[in-house]
Amino acid sequence: MISIKEVEHVALLARLELSEEEKEVYTKQLSDILEHARKLQDLDTEGVPPTAHVLPLQNVFREDRVGEHLDIEDVLSNAPEREGDFFKVPRIV
Amino acid sequence: MAQYEAVIGLEVHVELKTGTKIFCPSSTEFGAAPNHHVCPVCLGLPGVLPVINRKVVEYAIKAALALNCRIAPYSKFDRKNYYYPDLPKNYQISQYDLPIAANGYLEIEVNGRAKRIGITRVHMEEDAGKLVHQGSISTTPYSLVDYNRTGVPLIEIVSEPDMRTPEEAAAYLEKLKAIIQYTGVSDCKMQEGSLRCDANVSVRPAGQTGLGTKTEIKNMNSFKALQRALQYEIERQIDLLEQGEQVVQETRTWDEDRGVTLSLRSKEEAHDYRYFPEPDLVPMVISEEWVNEIRSTLPELPDRRKQRFVRDYGLPAYDAAVLTSTRELADYFERCVELYNHPKTVSNWVMGDLSRMMNATGTEIGDVCIRPEQLAGMLQLLDKGTISGKIAKTVFEEMFRTGKDPEAIVKEKGLVQISDQAVIEKVVEEVIANNTKSVEDYLSGKERALGFLVGQVMKATKGKANPGLVNKLLREKLGK
Ligand SMILES: [Zn+2]
Repeated sequence: MISIKEVEHVALLARLELSEEEKEVYTKQLSDILEHARKLQDLDTEGVPPTAHVLPLQNVFREDRVGEHLDIEDVLSNAPEREGDFFKVPRIV
Repeated sequence: MAQYEAVIGLEVHVELKTGTKIFCPSSTEFGAAPNHHVCPVCLGLPGVLPVINRKVVEYAIKAALALNCRIAPYSKFDRKNYYYPDLPKNYQISQYDLPIAANGYLEIEVNGRAKRIGITRVHMEEDAGKLVHQGSISTTPYSLVDYNRTGVPLIEIVSEPDMRTPEEAAAYLEKLKAIIQYTGVSDCKMQEGSLRCDANVSVRPAGQTGLGTKTEIKNMNSFKALQRALQYEIERQIDLLEQGEQVVQETRTWDEDRGVTLSLRSKEEAHDYRYFPEPDLVPMVISEEWVNEIRSTLPELPDRRKQRFVRDYGLPAYDAAVLTSTRELADYFERCVELYNHPKTVSNWVMGDLSRMMNATGTEIGDVCIRPEQLAGMLQLLDKGTISGKIAKTVFEEMFRTGKDPEAIVKEKGLVQISDQAVIEKVVEEVIANNTKSVEDYLSGKERALGFLVGQVMKATKGKANPGLVNKLLREKLGK
């Protein structure tokens, strides 16, 4: 089980504002998910090497060659606000 | 009062000099118009996939080898999560538990004492964008974001907490910078931000082995700032302990104008990064062949080159250390010596007049317009007696300003040394006639008066008289 406090903490880190009701719902849902995943811990992993990645792939590289840049109007088309060619954002303290 | 000892470790970020970013083909070129060197990958648009630039891995390995690190046979990327407008994805792709390299060291020397500083790890990560404020960050009405720097490749080099004084920390950073510059993987320009340094500092009573509570200091943009900030922070922590208070573990920023460190305590639990493996990038298996291939491209590094300068050129250790502090300066020196085989003379000019004029004009060695051929040429004119030592300084300054050949300057300005005995004799006679007091002084045994008379002759000939000849003639005329 996770606590409401943990949900509040994760919500803050994700910049989500949750109502009291939502906190209750998510506490339950997140706990269920963790509980489900916890079943993996019952498996005997003795002798199984740790995995860092699920695909049996390695060493996918690209060469150091310049490609196309995005047009400045496309770059800024999703910007809530712009000033010249800059994204304009609230002051961060 | 108890004696305290500081414990310092440095985290250094170095921008790698690749042509494109770490995970996308956007250009890394400096100085482009804002947001013009971006693509869907570095902007973090949905559905894109990062792919690692092979050259970044190669450069990271090269730097790590130069720092005596062990290269990891297996390495991966992780996501470091935090919210800040300079980070469009809300996470930075970095390396957490399987960095590309670890367990290295470098050697520093402070007050003649050599010391080995351990390097814990070297890992690769992407740079963040740049925020532009109007005035200071606390008073700006809003911020502007430029994502050109987002995704520029960085390596972070983390030291062991092996340094005990601000001087040792500065020496470590100097040496680190020199080594990385020698490898050619980065410019390491602190002012331009291609070399950035954070410090972890704590203090403890001398003799104690446990560590005190540390603070992390950011925003030190020069070697001087690093030393000042550390000095301030060490004293601040000692004061706290002396007053029976506790050091709070926190991040502090160096305020250069006020000369203090300030708390950056944030209410938002910024240090909960929740690292997890980056699912969009596959792991890297680094073969021994590749590592050896990269090792074979390493140049002679500063310590080895310094030793060779002492051994092969017979230079004092101090000269050798200064001359090998950057690869460009050492190359310049060696090219000069190839053309004019008197290493100590060349060293004196490079460390003396050249360094002085470079400092005075803010010129880097790469931009100095005196070519080694020209410096060697000037030294040959000096040896031949065409110009005097005093005139050589004038010629040197003119070469530094204009890049002209020494012969041309000497001709143009009529600087050829006067070695014609008859001409000098005439001036000597005039000087003797006009300075009876000094002549008497000299004759009564005051050797110093001769120097004055030589000076007068030099002045009358605008520094062009051959000083040896002037000396000889004066002594002869004064019958001594
Ligand atoms: Zn890009």
